Amino acid sequence: MSESKKWDWDTSEELIATPSEWKTKFARVQEPYVSPDGKKVAAIARNEDGTYTACVNGEAWENTYENMWNLRFGPDGRLTAIVSEAGEWTLAVDGVPWENKFAYVWDTKFNEDGQTIAVKIQQDTRYGLAVNDQPWENLFEHIGKYVMTPDGQYMAAAVQAVPLGQAEVFKFKDEGTWTVAVNGNAWEKIFTNVWGLDCSPDGKHVAAEVRMGLYDYTIAMDGEMWPEKFNCVWEPVFRPKTSEALATAPVRAAGKWTLAVNGKPVWDSKFVQCWHQTYSPDGRKLAAIVAPSFGQWTVAIDGKLWATTFNELVTDLTFSPDGNRLAAIAKDDGHWKIVVDGTPWPAMYDMVWPPVFSPDGSKVASKVEKGGKYTIALNGKPWRECEALWNPVFSPDGKKVLVRCIEDGKYYRRIVPISEF
Amino acid sequence: MAVPATKLKEKKEIIDVGLEEGAARLTYERIEQVINRVITAEMAARMKVYVDTCIHCGLCSTACHYYLSHGTPEWAPVGKVKQTMWEILEKKGKVSPEFIKRASIIASTECNVCRRCSMYCPYGIDVAYIMATVRRICHLLGVTPQYIQDTAHSHSATMNQMWVKEDEWIDTLQWQEGEAQAEMPSLRIALDKEGADIMYSVIGPEPKFRAQLIYQAAILMTAAGVDWTMPASPGWDNSDMAMFTGDFEMMGRIKRTHFETAAKLRVKKIVMGECGHAFRSVYDVGNRWLGWKMPPIPVIHATQFYYELLKEGKIKIARKLKEPVTLHDPCNIVRGRGLHEMMRYLVNATCENFVEMYPNREQNHCCCAGGGVINCGPPWKTKRVESNSIKAEQLAATGVHICIAPCHNCHGGLEDIINTYKLNMHTMFFIDVLMKTMEIPDALKA
Amino acid sequence: MQGIYEFVRGPLLWLTFIVFIGGSLYRLISMYYLLKKKERWVFNYMSLKYSLRSILHWIIPFASANMRQRPIMTVMSFVFHICLLVTPVFLLSHIVLWDESWNLSWWALPDWIADIMALVVIGACVFFAFRRQILPEVKYVTSVADYAILAITAAPFITGFLAYHQWIEYRTMLILHILAGEAMLVAIPFTRLIHMFYFWFTRAYTGSEFGGVRHARDW
Ligand code: HEM
Ligand code: SF4
Ligand code: SF4
Repeated sequence: MSESKKWDWDTSEELIATPSEWKTKFARVQEPYVSPDGKKVAAIARNEDGTYTACVNGEAWENTYENMWNLRFGPDGRLTAIVSEAGEWTLAVDGVPWENKFAYVWDTKFNEDGQTIAVKIQQDTRYGLAVNDQPWENLFEHIGKYVMTPDGQYMAAAVQAVPLGQAEVFKFKDEGTWTVAVNGNAWEKIFTNVWGLDCSPDGKHVAAEVRMGLYDYTIAMDGEMWPEKFNCVWEPVFRPKTSEALATAPVRAAGKWTLAVNGKPVWDSKFVQCWHQTYSPDGRKLAAIVAPSFGQWTVAIDGKLWATTFNELVTDLTFSPDGNRLAAIAKDDGHWKIVVDGTPWPAMYDMVWPPVFSPDGSKVASKVEKGGKYTIALNGKPWRECEALWNPVFSPDGKKVLVRCIEDGKYYRRIVPISEF
Repeated sequence: MAVPATKLKEKKEIIDVGLEEGAARLTYERIEQVINRVITAEMAARMKVYVDTCIHCGLCSTACHYYLSHGTPEWAPVGKVKQTMWEILEKKGKVSPEFIKRASIIASTECNVCRRCSMYCPYGIDVAYIMATVRRICHLLGVTPQYIQDTAHSHSATMNQMWVKEDEWIDTLQWQEGEAQAEMPSLRIALDKEGADIMYSVIGPEPKFRAQLIYQAAILMTAAGVDWTMPASPGWDNSDMAMFTGDFEMMGRIKRTHFETAAKLRVKKIVMGECGHAFRSVYDVGNRWLGWKMPPIPVIHATQFYYELLKEGKIKIARKLKEPVTLHDPCNIVRGRGLHEMMRYLVNATCENFVEMYPNREQNHCCCAGGGVINCGPPWKTKRVESNSIKAEQLAATGVHICIAPCHNCHGGLEDIINTYKLNMHTMFFIDVLMKTMEIPDALKA
Repeated sequence: MQGIYEFVRGPLLWLTFIVFIGGSLYRLISMYYLLKKKERWVFNYMSLKYSLRSILHWIIPFASANMRQRPIMTVMSFVFHICLLVTPVFLLSHIVLWDESWNLSWWALPDWIADIMALVVIGACVFFAFRRQILPEVKYVTSVADYAILAITAAPFITGFLAYHQWIEYRTMLILHILAGEAMLVAIPFTRLIHMFYFWFTRAYTGSEFGGVRHARDW
């Protein structure tokens, strides 16, 4: 958001590049990616000699590589790709590979401002993270999910800390092999399983979804398990904007799900399913995707349900910046929909992308697809159709939308006033 | 005359650490407590109605390949229910550790939960469900055969069945992509391509043991001009041994990962490789535990996908297989999804000489490998093969040397049967047949 | 004797019907509530079309593969059930009773046919009993209760047959016949004879799962 203040919000149309023409320069060109500010469009390209490079706004990176994948722009507009040379892998940032090379590299993540870039690494069959070209000092048997704080200072990962032989079923379930490593330092406590985790925004606490033995699920915070055990749990999140460490997770008891904070249920209501709990940015409201009855999906805010339910799926729950509004993607009878505060937009789509709120929360925009054509819909009203399109971004004053789109093989960066929707 | 169950046991006692050690740790109190918890919290009207309705008529017996192969009553579906669930309910959980061990053996290695018997019972009683509930109890008591338990552990740790590490998975895809590019230079296995039409998912054993199947799928997808992707994160595996050990919580977790991976990639549908049990888990069972009536993202089994590609003319057959072939209808996509006519369309489109085996379609005999039985591993192999002599007879009667079996478990099971009974046959997946018969557009050739 | 007869024909018969109907309703309603409470999702899959499709294939003789594979059992089973259900309802002497008490009457079977049908039911029960002795897979799962069910089912027909032919003292036989009939009705809700009601629901559920979800035939 702060970044977007610096962007160009005036040039209404800018032809950045023509990706359809790149095919003539290279043997093959993969699907394009665009930078958050829309000023760059890039794709992995393969040269006639079989080497790979990235083509950015029509210009190839100087270096070529044996292999390349996972081309992704960071929030600050730097372009990364996972690349290999002489059988070793690393991350290339704006064409420059990291100095450290590894046996394998994958799963790139950025912090909020994009200054911190992390990847999972494998070296000599030991696993961990490398952050801004620095591998963790301690590596492990394996690595699972990882998260980082918005400031990029803390990383927490599920790691397998204890080796396991073939078919050692009793060791696996009785003694455990997994734990959590924070910036490479593992907790002492070992669990049977560790899955999803979250860091408190200040990085002081880490909570993780764990299983002890085959039947006891709970949340472990900073290496200590909640005393309460459950039949199942899903990944925890921390409540933001508070100095207290309030890990919040869906828990299942007697066949029904509810939400618990630090082990204690916070909602009276129980559900057939409850997951993807999300706090409003100010931390005051708590919402989750729930199934109040079998095959019926909706959203619960502070335990209260939206009036409408959907029979296939609800996903991508999003709070407005002020926390007063809530939007989600829903699927009903085979159609995809955008739902805002419980009311679906009238139009139905073949596919929709996560809804985006304007800074004041009054408007919602979303990339949508129908019949192979893409557009942006704002408060349910569609803009014109394009060949390809990326998620919309509102201007800081909420009056304009950055539309990054491909029309007739040309990639345009457009600033569209909301009146045009 | 009925052979007492003990007599067979004397014949050869199979030692499985998972069962021995698991049973050794049990106490009567724990057994009673766990069983009663399952009875009150997890069993309800269906189980009660099934047990109360069953008239003990034995009409289900000839449904079961175990019974047809051994011919003695303890292998009949209702015989297995008698030895397990009736006793459990009658004694209200006051059963011995030895009983639980035996129950686990019956439910995990003497029933493929193939559901053929619910098609034979005049009331439609779902014995497979009863056996699955017995497995659930055994899981909660920690008495599950070692090998399948190990795969369930693998699922829990890696979200795939074969302890395939995250980097090994991606590396395998890139390796297969590289190999296939020699044949089809424009081929690409797009990783994590958001917004593709199709997410292609496979089972853990594919990257581990049968990577050429991924190669072949990539050739097919490219030839058909499909916009597809494969996930570079856990969630690529659609298989599910937790469903078969009775670890339903883990089954839910694996299925959630699979569906959410597809949702995150914003694909319109999931196409899965030629696997039966995975289809059952994704299409019918795992989704339910999570609260989804039907899969939230449509799931298409490979055979249906090939059928649609052929029908729509996206792939063409250049030459048909000349050798006579037969087709094995896998339970989980036939009794589980009614794909039998589409498969016949495929066979007839690709093979000149199709010989049906009898019985076929929904009535086909199970391979005896599915339902988690083959996953109980080497200790149980001989028993598994001996328990399906009826399949050997059925295969032999076709007189052909090629058996198409679009399911991984069926493949494994049939290969073992073919080798043991010396049937002079080999198995093929549909994709193997397509690779031999499909037209590769010239523009795509190297 | 007359006193006993009046009692079994009067209050006891009322009681029988109350227990039979009340008990059966209780079984069905309590199952419904249990289903609603714990396995509510089952309702999501119920389909009228596939329920009927499945039921039809299993109440028509030889409509399922298993029935064709066991012709003798199929014939016995159908003949047994038809005779079992039809005979008591269309028996002249039963209709006369309805007429006496409620002024209701309907078409009646000729007595000689009813006689044969009763023998068929008895014969079928004997057949089922032998089957339970002879077939190992049936014997293995047979307990005393299964013979008891056969006895309960056969008893009204044996006693009715004997009473009609008056080979043994008629009054005693008649009372025994009424008692046997009452015992059978009372037994229905509390034994596996409840299948008379559950059959429709188990088939409907299996039919719905096979047809609606799995697109396959269940016969
Ligand atoms: C309309 C209601 C009924 C239906 C749909 C029905 C259906 C069935 C079915 C499907 C079977 C399974 C085995 C077979 O095919 O023989 C069966 C068996 C049996 N039924 Fe029924 N039934 C009904 C009513 C009754 C009644 C009212 C009785 C007796 C009071 C009864 C007594 C029996 C007995 C004794 C057997 C077991 C035979 C054996 O021992 O193998 N049924 N019934
Ligand atoms: S193996 Fe199949 S037929 Fe045999 S009991 Fe199990 S589900 Fe029924
Ligand atoms: S066929 Fe059905 S009713 Fe008969 S014994 Fe088997 S499960 Fe029971």
